[in-house]
Amino acid sequence: MVNVPEVLEIKGIVEESETVKTFIFDWDLTREIVPGQFVMVWNFSDEKPMSVSLIDHKRSEIGISIRRVGEFTSAVHELEEGDLMGVRGPYGRGFELMGRKLIIVGGGIGMAPLAALAEEAVARGMNVDAVVAARTSDELLFTERLEGAGVNIHTCTDDGTCGFQGFAHERLSEMDGEYDMAAVCGPEPMMFHVKEVLDDRGIPAQFSLERYMKCAVGICGQCCVDGTGWRVCAEGPVLWDHELRVVGEFGRYRRDSAGRRISW
Amino acid sequence: MLRTRICNIELRNPTMLAAGVMGSMASSLNRVYRAGAGAVVTKSFSLEPNEGYKNPTTVEVTGGIINAIGLSNPGVEAFKEELRGVDDDVPLIASVYGSSPEEFASVAASVEEYVDMIELNVSCPHAMAGCGASIGQDAGLTFRVVSAVKDAVDVPVSTKLTPNVTDIVEIAKSAEDAGSDALTLINSLGPGMKIDIKTAKPVLSNAFGGMSGPAIKPVAVRCVYDVYRSVEIPLIGAGGVRDFRDAVEFLFAGAVGVQVGTAIMYDGPEIFMRICRGLERFMIEEGFSSVDEMVGLAHEGV
Repeated sequence: MVNVPEVLEIKGIVEESETVKTFIFDWDLTREIVPGQFVMVWNFSDEKPMSVSLIDHKRSEIGISIRRVGEFTSAVHELEEGDLMGVRGPYGRGFELMGRKLIIVGGGIGMAPLAALAEEAVARGMNVDAVVAARTSDELLFTERLEGAGVNIHTCTDDGTCGFQGFAHERLSEMDGEYDMAAVCGPEPMMFHVKEVLDDRGIPAQFSLERYMKCAVGICGQCCVDGTGWRVCAEGPVLWDHELRVVGEFGRYRRDSAGRRISW
Repeated sequence: MLRTRICNIELRNPTMLAAGVMGSMASSLNRVYRAGAGAVVTKSFSLEPNEGYKNPTTVEVTGGIINAIGLSNPGVEAFKEELRGVDDDVPLIASVYGSSPEEFASVAASVEEYVDMIELNVSCPHAMAGCGASIGQDAGLTFRVVSAVKDAVDVPVSTKLTPNVTDIVEIAKSAEDAGSDALTLINSLGPGMKIDIKTAKPVLSNAFGGMSGPAIKPVAVRCVYDVYRSVEIPLIGAGGVRDFRDAVEFLFAGAVGVQVGTAIMYDGPEIFMRICRGLERFMIEEGFSSVDEMVGLAHEGV
């Protein structure tokens, strides 16, 4: 049953940055999993949605990258290889690839699903550019891994420590390539501005949304978005640009565990 | 053909969204109605905001799920904004809960202007002490909660009962005696439990949760059947409805309408349309011209 946590041994841990670790698990990849989909990760005291950052068909492994931000993620960061975690899923709608030239735009831990997507795109023979954004250069994620895969990396940071100082949408504005599609993930205010740039240039784009999730199986309603009532765990988390146009709350607010609105 | 009335509320069909499912926001309630439901019930809300339990709050088991979300809601004041956002044509039922008759009455009274009906959640099996099933397992307390709400509001009131009692008919009668205009049967069963066998840990953070889904349908149908013989007020069936056949069973047992919840996990909100189409075809084939003709048929000649 897919909606029950499967308790798995942590097979490997990759320190991606000071605050981000990737946890590797053996996974039966005959069960379809698409970049952009997420799993529910259970550390036996709490459970949170995390996107899948690595899908390795050769080794039958998946990776889940987790940024240390609070109680749950700090506890997970303490775990070591051989420790156990519960994983259920995958859930939701992932990214779709189309055309020959892809640009990905990722902010912070938002690079996680995009890393898996970029590798999939390269494997399909697509040409991939990536805008990788973070607060500071130490937090730029997956740049070496993606460069190794053949992705053209364009970095930017809030503090300018990598060269370009500024936000993802500003970096994107300075790039004049033609793209068949874009895939975006990161803090929602970032995605909001990136969407404006992509809309102006007429590049079809998909965005991965983050909302408070409880059941992840489409019934609790906690992750529904205003405007359409779509469930981010089922109709999302990846939505197309034209779909986001009717999601009234995009870029404006989200909801907490009690359902109260919180502005971005 | 599917049109019906429950407590004088006109419904385009006898299906309703069950409480607790996709019911926290106007947007999702509107969506479920557009997907075909005859009416929608909100997620249960209370006077004050409530965070609910930590995850995992839901886990699948054979024949359904167990859940302990913990009645999370933003509180009645914030919830009013959602109720105002529900489209005018949507028959809207507010599920409310509290820890005392006064609290129930106060929450119900402050939202009655926005809704067509109030459903009293005296039956959640994983609620905090003093709420949910701890009320609905006590005929005297149930009577006091229903009476207080009936004194406070003019819209019809349905009391949603728990199956986890020795005699559901006794509780049903006390709700009817207190003035409840309808009964919703049943809330989730249990609580039940799921233990991970590799770690020997309960999966739900609350350890226990209410069981819902196809596996509880026989219990729910029996509860409707039992209660139908003893009360005069309309019954709304709930518990494991997944297709039109399930709906027909509930109608034959004595329900005037059915609520659908867990099945949305399997089939999405579009399930309402599918149930309604199936029901209509069944009625044509079997020669029924209205839902009312079907209600309670399983009692004839018994």
